Amino acid sequence: MIVELPQTTISKVSKKLQELRESGGVVSLGRVLTLIVETDLEHLEEAVACANGASRLHPSRIIVLATSAQAAESRLDVEIRVGGDAGASEVIILRAQGEVLSNKESLVTGLLLPDAPVVAWWPAQSPENPSGTEIGAIASRRITESANEPDPIAYLRSLAKNYQPGDGDMAWTRITLWRSQLTALMDLHQGRKVTAATVYGSASSPSAHLLADWLGLNLGVDVALETQLDGELVQGIGGVEITFDSAKLSMIRTNQVAHISQPDAPDTSVLLPRRTDLDSLIEDMRFLGEDLGYAQVLLREYR
Amino acid sequence: MTNPLRGFEDRRLQKIAGPSGLIMFGVTGDLSRKKLLPAIYDLLNRGLLPPAFSLVGFARRDWSTEDFVSVVHDAVKQHARTAWSEEVWLQLVKGIRFVSGQHGDPEAFERLKQVVDELDQERGTAGNHTFYLSIPPRDFPLVVNQLDESGLAKAGPGQFRRVVIEKPFGSNLETARELNDVVERVFPEDSIFRIDHYLGKETVQNILALRFANQLFEPIWNGDNIDHVQITMAEDIGIGGRAGYYDGIGAARDVIQNHLLQLLALTAMERPASFDAAELREAKETVLAATRSPEPLDEHTARGQYASGWQGGEEVKGFLEEDGINPQSVTETFAAMRLDVHTPRWSGTPFYLRAGKRLGRRVTEIALVFKRPEHNLFGEGATSQLGENALVIRVQPNEGVTIRFGSKIPGASMQVRDVTMDFAYGHAFTEDSPEAYERLILDALLGEPPLFPRQREVELSWEILDPIVEAWEHQGAPEEYAPGSWGTASADQMMARDGRAWRRP
Repeated sequence: MIVELPQTTISKVSKKLQELRESGGVVSLGRVLTLIVETDLEHLEEAVACANGASRLHPSRIIVLATSAQAAESRLDVEIRVGGDAGASEVIILRAQGEVLSNKESLVTGLLLPDAPVVAWWPAQSPENPSGTEIGAIASRRITESANEPDPIAYLRSLAKNYQPGDGDMAWTRITLWRSQLTALMDLHQGRKVTAATVYGSASSPSAHLLADWLGLNLGVDVALETQLDGELVQGIGGVEITFDSAKLSMIRTNQVAHISQPDAPDTSVLLPRRTDLDSLIEDMRFLGEDLGYAQVLLREYR
Repeated sequence: MTNPLRGFEDRRLQKIAGPSGLIMFGVTGDLSRKKLLPAIYDLLNRGLLPPAFSLVGFARRDWSTEDFVSVVHDAVKQHARTAWSEEVWLQLVKGIRFVSGQHGDPEAFERLKQVVDELDQERGTAGNHTFYLSIPPRDFPLVVNQLDESGLAKAGPGQFRRVVIEKPFGSNLETARELNDVVERVFPEDSIFRIDHYLGKETVQNILALRFANQLFEPIWNGDNIDHVQITMAEDIGIGGRAGYYDGIGAARDVIQNHLLQLLALTAMERPASFDAAELREAKETVLAATRSPEPLDEHTARGQYASGWQGGEEVKGFLEEDGINPQSVTETFAAMRLDVHTPRWSGTPFYLRAGKRLGRRVTEIALVFKRPEHNLFGEGATSQLGENALVIRVQPNEGVTIRFGSKIPGASMQVRDVTMDFAYGHAFTEDSPEAYERLILDALLGEPPLFPRQREVELSWEILDPIVEAWEHQGAPEEYAPGSWGTASADQMMARDGRAWRRP
């Protein structure tokens, strides 16, 4: 069900939500968190679809704040989606413009679930200082999207400068599968000394940079970022090579499969699909609180 | 040496099993098709199996590897929990092999050994193999001996060999020991993984979280506040095609010995010093060792057989008329018993267990029923509609926790009535819970033992149950109960003698 509330206020929205709950049996019990999505009108539907998907795994109230600051008129239009139109969640879309935006916090405070943690996500444009924003300040977990920034590496630097516990970036989430597999592989080569390592990845991919940084930090060697693999430019992440004293471990991805070759074992392969935004958001919503691994890499390499 | 990439506990990184293979006996059985093979696919789909993972099927059928692959394919398509993906499937197929042979044929085990050696060479399973015996216990001695004699059971340096066995772990203390001797002669105790699939269930693991991660419950989790505990495992179906197994075994040995006593142990145990496997098992064993049925047994136990009749719109056969059941069988399809846990925490608080087939509905739950408060504030009349407070852990279906307490009925007079507060897993975490078998197979591959009972627990459970089942053997035919009911009248009388009643689950 979709309820439109044009030119309204948050207290009217609250009342409407209560009404929907009593008449339609739409319950907000069992919701474990509030997800605030700050985006622009252009990315709105995409973000809602993704958040809806994630709510199937983490039932949440989703508040989407879609802003357009340029408009002259000051007004707030609200759309409430519940039941079949909202996955396992209830979605409240706030289209706000003009002076209404001068107090963003007041737009969401009245709609937060009591006691439940708040997650903020910026799928379109991410702020330089996530915890310094009005929305970021009330969230315990803040998820930015460095890959959407014009200069992702410069953006990572500003994230490092302003880092607060609870910050996280999707570029980091996208490399979890790589990190898991590499860690499991390295279990088999604990006796070997690592002398060098290379990540094959795109220079503009913050994920490729973070993977190289993570390897460098933990292996204690300089990790090269090669942008070409077999004479072709790599999109995203193409593979990883770890060199030992006398042998080499490599994991190269083509399509969805990573081919592994390593010393003292036959070649093999493992499924390593590119992660969707949905998968990443689901993973991020599972870990509320400080992400120490991310903090370590970000603060060491970008501050 | 350590792995430099495991710098600190990184919660994002999933535990992926090391290179290893799984060798399954009894791949043609129902359990394999419906649970085990789909669970393997789901694990692979979740990225938790190693790249080298291989699956070898061993069975009497005259199948080729291709035949077996198509059996796995159908099982996965029908029963897997996660979505079908051609890529995942192709990845799995690369490691599938089949060996055809009799359990008694040494040559078949030679062939199996060859296949296993080849997998080590070609796929890099690195000499690590887990044998999953999904076969009747009477075949254990034969298979285990063959594994021993063919050299398959022997691990080289830095390698492992593990064996996974399913219930029943014997039918009494003596046969449980015999069975264990057979397996332990070849595999060391820490390589034996006994599967009780109840322990793989999220709700069962949550008992520990509920009790020990919260301050809310543990202070009242004792005999001072709790009047008694009821543990119920009810099925609405009959014995189905399991006549051959079920006749002579019965409800008590089939599910109380393992599932219900494990639930009792987790509910009644003291706080373990850590979640370490040894500590956890220690805590459960202490409780099981302190648990006994009070004398006289016939007053504190009850048993029954389901009669024929109409159940929920369907005409069903009575137990004695089921195909393959001896019409004179005295095997019980319903069992109820009182057990006393002789620890300071539970002194005076009995545990009532009941399990059966063809009962009112399919449900497994643990209900802690609280004592009544002194009603000096509200009169008899005000609280006449108020039952006892209760905390119910719903193990299946609709997994979750219910708390029942009294609340004032709106209006001018002070009337108090029961209301419930409900936590449902499906609402708070819609995240698909992994199947119990996924967790258990992965833990066996990882070599993590906390969820597997060890032999001592099995023996202690039989020590509790043996006297009861022996007493029943001298009591003649069990009482009948109507299909779709909640068991025998004697089970209700057993509660009434203690001044209590079964709750309706």
